[in-house]
Amino acid sequence: MLDARIPSGPLEQKWEKCRFEMQLVSPANRRKYTIIVVGAGLAGASAAATLGQQGYRVHCFSYHDTPRRAHSIAAQGGINAAKNYRNDGDSVYRLFYDTIKGGDFRSREANVYRLAELSLNIIDQCVAQGVPFAREYGGLLDTRSFGGVQVQRTFYARGQTGQQLLLGAYQALQEQIAAGTVTMHTRTEMLDLVLIGGRVRGIITRDLLTGAIDAHVADAVVLATGGYSNVFYLSTNAKASNCTAIWRAYRRGALFANPCFTQIHPTCIPQSSEHQSKLTLMSESLRNDGRVWVPKKKGDTRPPNDIPEDERDYFLERRYPRFGNLVPRDLASRAAKEVCDEGRGVGPQGRGVYLDFADAIKRMGVEEVREKYGNIFDMYEKITGEDAYKVPMRIYPAPHYTMGGLWVDYHLMSNLPGLFVAGEANFSDHGANRLGASALMQGLADGYFILPATIPNYLATNSLEPVSVSHPAFSQAKAEVAERLQKLLKIRGRRSPDSFHRELGKLMWDKCGMTRSAQSLREALARLPELRQEFWENLALVGTGEELNQSLEKANRVSDFLELAELMCIDALHREESCGCHFRIESQTPDEEAKRDDERFCYVAAWEWKGPDRAPELHKEPLTFEYVHLTQRSYK
Amino acid sequence: MKFTLRIWRQKSREAPGKFVTYQVDGITPDMSFLEMLDVLNEELLARGEDPVAFEHDCREGICGSCGFLINGLAHGGRRGTTVCQLSMRFFKDGETLTLEPWRARAFPVVRDLIVDRSAFDRIIQAGGFISAPVGSAPDANAILVPKDIADTAFEAAACIGCGACVAACPNASAMLFTAAKLVHLNVLPQGQPQRYQRTLNMVAAMEAEGFGSCTNHGECAAVCPKEIPLEFIGRMNRDLRRAIFRRRFERWRDATQ
Ligand SMILES: Cc1cc2nc3c(=O)[nH]c(=O)nc-3n(C[C@H](O)[C@H](O)[C@H](O)COP(=O)(O)OP(=O)(O)OC[C@H]3O[C@@H](n4cnc5c(N)ncnc54)[C@H](O)[C@@H]3O)c2cc1C
Ligand code: FES
Repeated sequence: MLDARIPSGPLEQKWEKCRFEMQLVSPANRRKYTIIVVGAGLAGASAAATLGQQGYRVHCFSYHDTPRRAHSIAAQGGINAAKNYRNDGDSVYRLFYDTIKGGDFRSREANVYRLAELSLNIIDQCVAQGVPFAREYGGLLDTRSFGGVQVQRTFYARGQTGQQLLLGAYQALQEQIAAGTVTMHTRTEMLDLVLIGGRVRGIITRDLLTGAIDAHVADAVVLATGGYSNVFYLSTNAKASNCTAIWRAYRRGALFANPCFTQIHPTCIPQSSEHQSKLTLMSESLRNDGRVWVPKKKGDTRPPNDIPEDERDYFLERRYPRFGNLVPRDLASRAAKEVCDEGRGVGPQGRGVYLDFADAIKRMGVEEVREKYGNIFDMYEKITGEDAYKVPMRIYPAPHYTMGGLWVDYHLMSNLPGLFVAGEANFSDHGANRLGASALMQGLADGYFILPATIPNYLATNSLEPVSVSHPAFSQAKAEVAERLQKLLKIRGRRSPDSFHRELGKLMWDKCGMTRSAQSLREALARLPELRQEFWENLALVGTGEELNQSLEKANRVSDFLELAELMCIDALHREESCGCHFRIESQTPDEEAKRDDERFCYVAAWEWKGPDRAPELHKEPLTFEYVHLTQRSYK
Repeated sequence: MKFTLRIWRQKSREAPGKFVTYQVDGITPDMSFLEMLDVLNEELLARGEDPVAFEHDCREGICGSCGFLINGLAHGGRRGTTVCQLSMRFFKDGETLTLEPWRARAFPVVRDLIVDRSAFDRIIQAGGFISAPVGSAPDANAILVPKDIADTAFEAAACIGCGACVAACPNASAMLFTAAKLVHLNVLPQGQPQRYQRTLNMVAAMEAEGFGSCTNHGECAAVCPKEIPLEFIGRMNRDLRRAIFRRRFERWRDATQ
């Protein structure tokens, strides 16, 4: 059985106890250890910078031209912390409770409690670095409320919180690069993981400019490579976000946990054309002041401002009077899908609902609305050509975040000794549904605080033999990577990587998206192997592997998405309950909400790769709830 | 909509480059500029030709990856807009558009429309940070920051590091980029201890990278997709003069002690 290494003792003391029991590495010895960090988003940059500050020899890798481009840069709304600066009843315990409940009881109590505790330190750290959070006139930090909670615990920097937090971590990282503790490898993509003697001892990379395949040795490897929402092709993630690093690790034996837990965000700009290459998120903070509605009548094509008040259905306020527009994302998304399925959707394709600011403007005035959301309104106007100060925005759900990821224990170490996983790449703390503004919090908790405590313990308690890149495990992995790339280049078929990716995305959205059924999942599972086979027979690429070749990069990533998709469907099919974002049609309460089955599914599903043509093996990590009682989630 | 595209094609840093003309058809007004290039690239791939290399990632104007000149204008010249946010409705059907990479000595061409902007990272390495090792921070509300100062810091910190300012400047100067980071950090109370050293180091790094000097054209601020104001360069110069003066004073003081 999986051992999550959760410390014993009361919840409030677990992390303290764990830290005390961990071994340390003396300052003079730290330089002797090499740590590889793959990824320079919030989780990776913060981890690399902090381990550098401690004196370890760190090598950090990113496929971007500079760490400041990581997808974390796009986060808009904010970051949670249980500071209770507002004196509105917040506390570490309440943040813990909200996260467990929001995740629909599919996360670990111990991890989530630690996350809530560390949220306090994160804000302190970021302010010290100069992150320009929003302030009140008295000079104190401002906060706002965010999806699914009743306290104002979200710190923000206009609609660009992710950018400002990432720049803080990026600058700390650059300081360490200048100091010589961190070596940065930009435009370098990790394509494989290397194990020696049962331990993870390095990675294989491809230089995206020259195509050179290289091996890198380390005493510990961190993957902080982000989420895999792009399996749906159209998502709010950056175009290059992909699953390759974690997928290749999975193929080397790392367990993949809860792959089917993917979040669909309620407030995105609806798709407008066939050529659309991505979906744009409108920060969820908009739901604080905007009201969501559709016409009561089907097929009502009047302009929104001509529809009188009593012919509008404020469906979130109606269904969830206590939380109204602020219900968690999964509920808001499904409710929007349902009203559109009923034929009451708005906009050109009928797949949209209104998010209306008229009341907020009346209440606070245009200026205050502009101050809070100005850049988001501007972005909306650029994309749609519409002025949201005058007409309601149109929004529709889109794939956004993946709660699933590589399985990690309390130390954030995977089942492979020496492989640590941080940020969105691990399955961690959000259970079956992530609350708004808590991904940034988790990425930074992992990078600034948890890994810099647990990695030294790993180094200090294990005697690691020196290895070098001449070890056969490295040359073999290098050869395998090169061979796979050559295979892609040699197909010389007729379909582009994008066309396969689009088809895969549509399939996953239709069959394994916001709602799932045994039938839809079986259909996807029947189609996926065919699609994969077609990909390997009919892929079109030009150029070589020894140059900058963006289509080759894309194709290589799509080849992994095609495999991951199957695991997602297998996981979704096996979990015959609904929980959080995983909504199985077969498992609903009488009022059509997600119905959990704690008797059978109160566990983390961690899958083990068994080879290309063999079914993966399921390992279960049972979840126990000692502090928060398992209840059917209700936001009514 | 139809367009004639004249695109700069260059295989690598050393290889010679040239303009190649392409036609695209079937473009709709709601497509973004990069989606139009996606269409072109799909066609090139189908014909067995090399797709046009261009950099992009977020496609929502925040990561700073995208950027090239359209008819000589950085990001196409629309106020406050990156090329990924530029929609085709801003162009006339049948228009000829010339696409070329940022032109600057400090930004060598990598391939086609991609340039190497790592010089920006090295300017940040020289001092674009506040030293605050993890574990040392006081409570966040222990540091009061007046709202107007926080707002100025934010306005400066909004820079996305795309390099349009350099591309638009006749001298290929990186003053606006450097000033934005300096203003962000130098106005904050947390940034005071390193303020003058930071200014000296970052300006020196900027010069060492081969960026040109500022002769007050103001083209940089005009094309900045985040509308970083030109006035920040003035602020940077004031800090630079103070820093130089302080350094001279310190040297004189040390020499006379
Ligand atoms: C539009 C949007 C808005 C959001 N808003 C919020 C919000 O308001 N609040 C909130 O809490 N969360 C928000 N989120 C979620 C949050 O931004 C992400 O979950 C989080 O930033 C992920 O950070 P990360 O460090 O794990 O990964 P990323 O930031 O995705 O970084 C991944 C890094 O890994 C590198 N990488 C990946 N694979 C490889 C490889 N094979 N080789 C080398 N390098 C590799 C990349 O170059 C990159 O540096 C938002 C997400 C989106 C999409
Ligand atoms: S692609 Fe990110 S700013 Fe244009």
